[in-house]
Amino acid sequence: MAEQTYDAIVVGSGISGGWAAKELTEQGLKVLMLERGENIEHITGYVNALKAPWELPHRDRITNQIREEHATMTRDGFMHEANANYWTDEKACPYVEVRPFSWFRGYHVGGRSLMWGRQSYRWNPFDYEANAKEGIAIDWPLRYEDMAPWYDHVESFAGISGSLEGLAQLPDGKFLPPMELNCVEKAVAARIKAHYADSRRMIIGRVANLTEAHNGRNNCQYRNKCDLGCPFGAYFSTQSSTLPAAVKTGNLTLRPFSIVTRLVYDKNTQKVSGVEVLDAETREVQEFKSKIVFLCASTLNSAWVLMNSATEIWPDGLGSSSGELGHNVMDHHFRVGASGDVEGFEDRYIYGRRANGFYIPRFRNIFGDKRSYTRGFGYQGSADRRGWQREVAEMGIGAPMKDALTEPGEWTIGMTAFGEVLPNHNNRVSLDKNVRDKWGLPVLAMDCDLGENERKMRVDMANDAAEMLEASGVKNVKTYDSAYSLGQGIHEMGTARMGLDPKTSVLNKHNQVWDAKNVFVTDGSCMTSTSCVNPSLTYMAMTARAAHFAVDALKRGDV
Amino acid sequence: MKLSDTQDASGVGRAPLKMNRREAVWRIALLMGGAMVGSEVLLRGQTLADTKSAPGFSPDELTLLDGIGDTIIPETQIPGAKAVQIGAFMAMMVTDCYNDQQHAVFRDGLVKIDAAANARFGHAFLQCTPGQRTDLANALDAEQRTRFSKNPKDDPVHYFRMMKELTVLGYFSSEIGCTQAVRYIEVPGAFHGDVPYKKGDPAWF
Repeated sequence: MAEQTYDAIVVGSGISGGWAAKELTEQGLKVLMLERGENIEHITGYVNALKAPWELPHRDRITNQIREEHATMTRDGFMHEANANYWTDEKACPYVEVRPFSWFRGYHVGGRSLMWGRQSYRWNPFDYEANAKEGIAIDWPLRYEDMAPWYDHVESFAGISGSLEGLAQLPDGKFLPPMELNCVEKAVAARIKAHYADSRRMIIGRVANLTEAHNGRNNCQYRNKCDLGCPFGAYFSTQSSTLPAAVKTGNLTLRPFSIVTRLVYDKNTQKVSGVEVLDAETREVQEFKSKIVFLCASTLNSAWVLMNSATEIWPDGLGSSSGELGHNVMDHHFRVGASGDVEGFEDRYIYGRRANGFYIPRFRNIFGDKRSYTRGFGYQGSADRRGWQREVAEMGIGAPMKDALTEPGEWTIGMTAFGEVLPNHNNRVSLDKNVRDKWGLPVLAMDCDLGENERKMRVDMANDAAEMLEASGVKNVKTYDSAYSLGQGIHEMGTARMGLDPKTSVLNKHNQVWDAKNVFVTDGSCMTSTSCVNPSLTYMAMTARAAHFAVDALKRGDV
Repeated sequence: MKLSDTQDASGVGRAPLKMNRREAVWRIALLMGGAMVGSEVLLRGQTLADTKSAPGFSPDELTLLDGIGDTIIPETQIPGAKAVQIGAFMAMMVTDCYNDQQHAVFRDGLVKIDAAANARFGHAFLQCTPGQRTDLANALDAEQRTRFSKNPKDDPVHYFRMMKELTVLGYFSSEIGCTQAVRYIEVPGAFHGDVPYKKGDPAWF
């Protein structure tokens, strides 16, 4: 059927899929973007975005029904009532925890680009070299210099606000004006800078929220309700940014409710001829054909699609020849840090809800620092005055307590570390054919844990935070470690890593599956290591880079 | 006062661009180039005003919960918890969000609080004077705080801690709480990280 044939098929519509659709359609390819979930229209689909607190029946608290539908996601205190409908129903889509694993999924157009944290940092040159220098896992097949122009490219379009700092460990980019640290954060930043002779720096977070109008989108209104969808289009999401750009070309077809069950491999051409789709609503199965496929279904689901595409030639899945498919699952480990009280700013306050905090770039194991573990971590945090949720024990109940809670409380400051997780072949996901989802499809089984390197790092992650706060005059400093299991960082990476050698990697340096070169995997599954900075900006850059390579290769007749 | 580089002097202390929701939706419609499909959906809200009953709680129990809530957050210059139907709110939260064990402790608390009032004053909680109610609630609050400080991971917590938490949540997140007890602006439009504060100014929600 002619109408079922496209130049390219993009599987998934999240951050990576959206970028693939934009870059491919803008270069003239006819693209079919497949999304397994429902469509959420920009603005009109954001049903809770403009609700006042009192209009949420349970005042944004988690109900038993939400808990039932999201049994693992609600363990973390991350979900809330207003956007619970954006998170995947785990009863319909279960998975198996061989060891504890949190999997946060968003099955709808836009994927997690609607709910993401929007922190956007470039990897630094050492990040791409670390595996090779330390002899850990395998080398990246590319370097910072290969990525830099693509970071420029995606930052310029997406709109990343941030300050230029000139730090080698956190390269500057094409930024919109930075947001502002508040008065307490500025004071603490100045004390940290002085105490550590500028070897540690607290800066405003680099965030995909617009600080001025950009590419026809409105600037941030400081509502801090980003994860409900922004009616102003003020943060980067598929809906606000890449999807309209792709639609504008006239080359995009978007098909929601389309579960890609497998890539159809042709052993004669050693390529895929297209994809098999199960309609999530009608359960009808059909095939769509294309010259190339961009697999951007999210780290673990891209691995699922590849593993479920097993053939007699590749019994463990397409791309399994190296034995690494599904392995080397990584994340950022966190839930450890410190907080304390700040004195002396009782006559200061803030206006507006800034959807951003401060960032302290990595300072461990670089520039001559040497610890008993390798790699490092960065901190995210913020300062604010306590609100009505605080306990005012000395007030008891009644009018004195009520009056006290109507005023802001003392200033507090807190920070959480995000640490690099090393690749480990034993951390893997695989198909469990004994457990089936709503559509009778096998589900993923997760078998992952932290290693010794991360456990050692966590000690510094707590103590360094406390030391910096105490050096800044913060009082009652307390460290915390709320424990962590893989997936909680919602930065899943690995499962189809890039490399230089088909014997040890799933993808080559252009994100092509070694075993089927017209398949490009550009979401988090391609990652060979994790750095300690938030990964989404790198997925964007990686996807744009691969899309341009793919179009050139198509023109040359190379794929 | 030190101004940041990114903030002009006139921006500090400037009257905030105050916008209610209807204005916000209208402004977004303008930004999007005219009429917006679905604006009715964005404007449709839910309130508790029509909640006269809650599953599993009798009208008498809701009245008792209103009385307890209004003791925890009484009317002052601004309305108290009873004005936001705190009894119905507590009943709904306990029904929809608590697990069975927590639910049982909360319900048992309704019996215990009357028993405590009887033991102390010789009559049920709602028959107490406002002063007696406050004394009893303060005693129960001290009791729950002592228990909580000894074992913060205790679950279920003391029934009075549940009642206090739900009252504070239900009150401050209500329309009265957000607009009269503290301040809430749907679309702040800007961020200023260093503005003057004087004692008595309300907090932001």
